Amino acid sequence: MASSAVLSQDFVNAPVSLRRKAVNSLVTGAAIAAVILVLLPLCAVFGYLLYKGVGSINWAFLTKTPQPPGESGGGMANAMAGSVLILTIGSLIGIPLGIGAGIYLAEYGRGRLRDFIRFTADVLNGVPSIIIGIVAYGLVVLTQGHFSALAGGVALAIMMIPTITRTSEEMLLLVPVSVREASYALGVSRWRTTLSITLRTATSGVITGIMLAFARVAGETAPLLFTAFGNQFWNWKLSQPTAALPLQIYTYAISPYDDWHRQAWAGALVLIVLIVAAVSAVRIAVGRGMLKGSN
Amino acid sequence: MHFTASSHFNTVVTTICYVRLMGDHAFGDRIAGAPRLTGPQPVDGTNATVNPAVEVAPLLRSKGSQTADTVFYLAMLACGLTVLALVGVILYQLITKSDLSWHSFGWRFFFSSEWDPVNDKFGALPFIYGTIVSSLVAMILAVPLAIGVAVFITEMSPPWLRGPLAFVTELLAAIPSVIYGLWAIFVLVPLLRLYVQPWLAHRFGWTGLFGGPMYGIGMLAAGIILAVMVVPIISSITREVMTAVPRQQREAVLALGATRWEMIRTGVLRNARAGILGGIILGLGRALGETMAVTMVIGNRPEIAKSLFAPGYTMASVIANEFSEATGNIYLSSLVEVGLALFIVTVIVNVLAQLLVWTVTRGTPARANG
Repeated sequence: MASSAVLSQDFVNAPVSLRRKAVNSLVTGAAIAAVILVLLPLCAVFGYLLYKGVGSINWAFLTKTPQPPGESGGGMANAMAGSVLILTIGSLIGIPLGIGAGIYLAEYGRGRLRDFIRFTADVLNGVPSIIIGIVAYGLVVLTQGHFSALAGGVALAIMMIPTITRTSEEMLLLVPVSVREASYALGVSRWRTTLSITLRTATSGVITGIMLAFARVAGETAPLLFTAFGNQFWNWKLSQPTAALPLQIYTYAISPYDDWHRQAWAGALVLIVLIVAAVSAVRIAVGRGMLKGSN
Repeated sequence: MHFTASSHFNTVVTTICYVRLMGDHAFGDRIAGAPRLTGPQPVDGTNATVNPAVEVAPLLRSKGSQTADTVFYLAMLACGLTVLALVGVILYQLITKSDLSWHSFGWRFFFSSEWDPVNDKFGALPFIYGTIVSSLVAMILAVPLAIGVAVFITEMSPPWLRGPLAFVTELLAAIPSVIYGLWAIFVLVPLLRLYVQPWLAHRFGWTGLFGGPMYGIGMLAAGIILAVMVVPIISSITREVMTAVPRQQREAVLALGATRWEMIRTGVLRNARAGILGGIILGLGRALGETMAVTMVIGNRPEIAKSLFAPGYTMASVIANEFSEATGNIYLSSLVEVGLALFIVTVIVNVLAQLLVWTVTRGTPARANG
């Protein structure tokens, strides 16, 4: 390496001086300090979430719809349902497309086109979520003529696709070629091999990727602002504006009402719990082999 | 030997199917890197004498199976092309919808600081300024912390602590932006207003960066919350590229009598610097596009002020706040143009970062993205 010349001058035959020892300890201390400084906000966020959130969750919060501004009481039940609705739409669109693109990259893609798609997926991954919101607005809201749950779902799907694509691809590439060869040698057609052998072997990894994407979009607010838009009432129609938990937390957090602040904390706690619960439920299911094809 | 369609395909391997597979071009390419199969030498596909007694051949390559293969391939190709199409659609939407603003203001749009929806005068400079300053503050705070954490986890931490620490720092990335914003409004901002800002104004007021009224909300608050959000990104990539530095490199430097820090500095950091820079730029990309947490604490005022205590506005925040209530085509179009500018900048930043990370991790297993 290029640095070897420098190294020999620096260290050879030089006894470890006090200064060098001091610098070493100093840097070690600094690194430890950095770790503590980074863990501090994490503990503070979770601590506050529990401290403020647990006391604020009550039956009304979980079952009622919001009260008019300024009045206390009410809850976020419709927002939780709305989040479930939007996330379901997003997953239904995003997961198959993401896995499909992953299969293409890992099993079929070659040459320039594969590299370009892979690269594009990485670019898409870095696009700010607010811009995805603008695009979903242009694609769905303008076409439909009004804000809707569908538009929110499409926005979240666009955000899920690149993550799922890249993780599925990586997981499929980890499956040894010999497994595919064994299947081909038995005369199994290529598509059957891909679905029942390769994808099945990689199931747990692919599901981890899906959960990663899901957890990421579940808390997204920006792309929903002008797609799902929010709603004070219950809504189960795809074509109507829909409340979502992150949106409701945002609206309540920047409002001037104390009771709404309290509910924002409760909503935040519910959101985190929902995300963690969804992710661990799937993890446990995969671990116990309840899902088809896991090890 | 008689096979019906119902008999399972995995019951027998015949020489026929071996020959056919070797003749299969796609399959041949697929295993190009793998060790060649041994066993019976492949017979030239065209000259292979098919034993008429073996009726398995039509089963293996029946028309239906070939059609299914083609259909499946086309479906997967369509999924792959969807990814390309999405980026195309994003660009198309942003460009066509910002057309009006571009034609009215041209390049002036990016250099004018007038944002006046009432008189249809739009200039994006305050937002560009706010985005750059808040991200810069975030990077100044986050980079040393993130590298410190990465160095500690990969080089100093006792092995039992390594996994949990890595997990916990990644956890920071999993907290939704809106929850960071909520926390910042009710915890960080009061702290800043009551303790940090008076102290900064007292000590560093002379720089001009820490002056004016102390609201708590403003550029500084936005920068700090952004820093918390980008630390896990930078530190996880730094960790990854540091791990990619060969072990011998460390041992060689230690053998020369270096202390641990000297080993880290000359043996590890120096070799991983391109990748670390990539991680930093990737973090920058995230900071530039981050919306909710920033919108909640930056104050949302389209002004350019020297002081970090002053409220500001970012490109992402102005879209988040004003898009759904924008009246008039030119207003909406101007907001989309802000979005287009943000899109182009983040794409450039991300591409640059990817290239830098690739130069270091090339050859080591790819990272699970996300």
